[in-house]
Amino acid sequence: MIELENVSKIYRMGKVEVPALRGVSLNIQQGEMVSIIGPSGSGKSTLMNIIGCLDKPSSGSYMFEGANVSQLSDNRLAEMRNKKFGFAFQEYNLLSRASALANVELPLIYSGSRQKREQAMEALERVGLRERANHKPTELSGGEQQRVAIARALVNNPVLILADEPTGNLDSASTAEIIAIFRQLNRDGITVLIVTHETDIASQTKRTIRLLDGQIISDERVD
Amino acid sequence: MKLFESFVIAIRSLSANKLRSSLTMLGMIIGVGAVISLMSIGSGAQAMITSTFEQMGTNVLTVMPSSPEAGGLMGMGMAMTSPSLTLDDAKALERVRSVVAVAPVNENFIEVTAGGESKTAIIHGSAPEYQQVYSYYLASGQFISDRNVASRDLVLVLGSGVAEELFGSDNPVGQRVKMKGHRFTVIGVLEPKGGAMMGFSLDDVVVTPITTYQTKLFTQRTPSGEDAVQSIAVQVASAEAMDEAREDIETVLRKYHRIASDEKDDFAVISMEQMLDILQQVTGIFTIFLGAIASISLLVGSIGIMNIMLVSVTERTREIGIRKAVGAKRRDILLQFLVEAAMLSLAGGSIGIIGGWLLSVLISQVDIGGTTLQAVVSPDIVILAVSVSVFIGLASGIYPAIRAARLNPIDALHYG
Repeated sequence: MIELENVSKIYRMGKVEVPALRGVSLNIQQGEMVSIIGPSGSGKSTLMNIIGCLDKPSSGSYMFEGANVSQLSDNRLAEMRNKKFGFAFQEYNLLSRASALANVELPLIYSGSRQKREQAMEALERVGLRERANHKPTELSGGEQQRVAIARALVNNPVLILADEPTGNLDSASTAEIIAIFRQLNRDGITVLIVTHETDIASQTKRTIRLLDGQIISDERVD
Repeated sequence: MKLFESFVIAIRSLSANKLRSSLTMLGMIIGVGAVISLMSIGSGAQAMITSTFEQMGTNVLTVMPSSPEAGGLMGMGMAMTSPSLTLDDAKALERVRSVVAVAPVNENFIEVTAGGESKTAIIHGSAPEYQQVYSYYLASGQFISDRNVASRDLVLVLGSGVAEELFGSDNPVGQRVKMKGHRFTVIGVLEPKGGAMMGFSLDDVVVTPITTYQTKLFTQRTPSGEDAVQSIAVQVASAEAMDEAREDIETVLRKYHRIASDEKDDFAVISMEQMLDILQQVTGIFTIFLGAIASISLLVGSIGIMNIMLVSVTERTREIGIRKAVGAKRRDILLQFLVEAAMLSLAGGSIGIIGGWLLSVLISQVDIGGTTLQAVVSPDIVILAVSVSVFIGLASGIYPAIRAARLNPIDALHYG
């Protein structure tokens, strides 16, 4: 499903060029659950952004579901993010003034859905937060907020979920809950990609890709 | 994203901080309110002028001095200080064919005092024909006569407004009043006429013989040393005869004033219609001028909106990043902020329209010299105000909206 071929990303900060990724090639099949691990500055977030079409590679090619998405227009990338991918971030990135339900409905606004409420409630049901639908993020615990973010990521039935340090701000109990949700989603057929710097999170996935200084240094499967 | 969605999102964003939204709208409210009420006052004034003139007889030509060097309005203004008409001119015009009556008229403000009460009125120094030319009718007593004029009698005819204020329900005929230190005897009272001109009721007028006016009240001399006449009102037999009468008057006066055929007139013959036009023009320009000044506050209001929208975009950088991450396109973000700005200005404009309308209703209640000025908010003023509001919203919002739409989602998510 995901084919990266010699992908590089260079950031320009004034006169300085910072290479975040150098010649990364990898294949991820549909239905896999993969963790990407590495120290900070290794390029793991950049890699996730490119896979999730939040960013474009500076060079190299990225084939998603057989189509070249490396140089798509901004509008096409936005459509991909809306329909194909779902994101979860370390800081949850929810709208603080809107209820959980409204947050989950957000992607549906941009996909033009006429049944936003029903679809959002279904997604909340899936993460076990149906009763908290009308609460605002400030009224929810960290773990609940992350579950709302996951429900939002799910609401348009994506094929791939990308999570960037999803348990970074959570205690161990909530962490376990969140990882369990990801594993369930994976069993339901959704490909899951988790970026982390913690090995015990990575050990819960079947495949771990290790990055250092913008390059893949190992790619191990665990059965 | 459908347009309806963006309205919902905009309303939610604006209600999230009601104080800020209200303050931002204030500029638009004041601006639109000011423009609406000023323009409605302007059109009310224009309507009032038209109706006043309609009451004053339409077959009347007015001869006024005019400076030969400058023409039109300017010339007549300058001629206030260089008068060129005399009673002999008035007499000469009586013989022009199609002319029914001729009345010389001198005009000024004057204070009329009677037994402790005093009132500022407009004094007209004139002759018996004044009644006919200006359609004033007597309620009691008699009008000034040719003999009064010849003898420069200290007699006075009061307009109904003056009579009422100075004498109440008493009969003023035979009583004495004081003007400029002289004692005048009231010989008649005019019937009420209604109407107003430039804020002065047509019933607040007093009439005295022109000769009395010239010698006892306000003296003015022509360059050749005679007593000056400010204007001569000429009543023409019919509307059709107006053009012909005008030509004849000009011929007669040119002869009397010894103006050579290549020289310009030192007088001007103006019909009521022309007067009306001039006054309408002046009021019209004045109205536009007032409107333009009021529009300055509209400009300030729109700058306020742009300012707040820019702040808002910066504050909501992360929100914009989130929206883009879940699939919002540039145009979705652009639309969101543009609609927000347009809503702010439309809401402000609507409140301003209501406020301006209320203000003009209030002003219409104010008594100006016996009548009121009907300030009317016409539908086209409202449509204009609404369109301008929306336009201002879009114009002020476009720059902040473009900035918002261009944000890089990754950077935006990490902001703050």
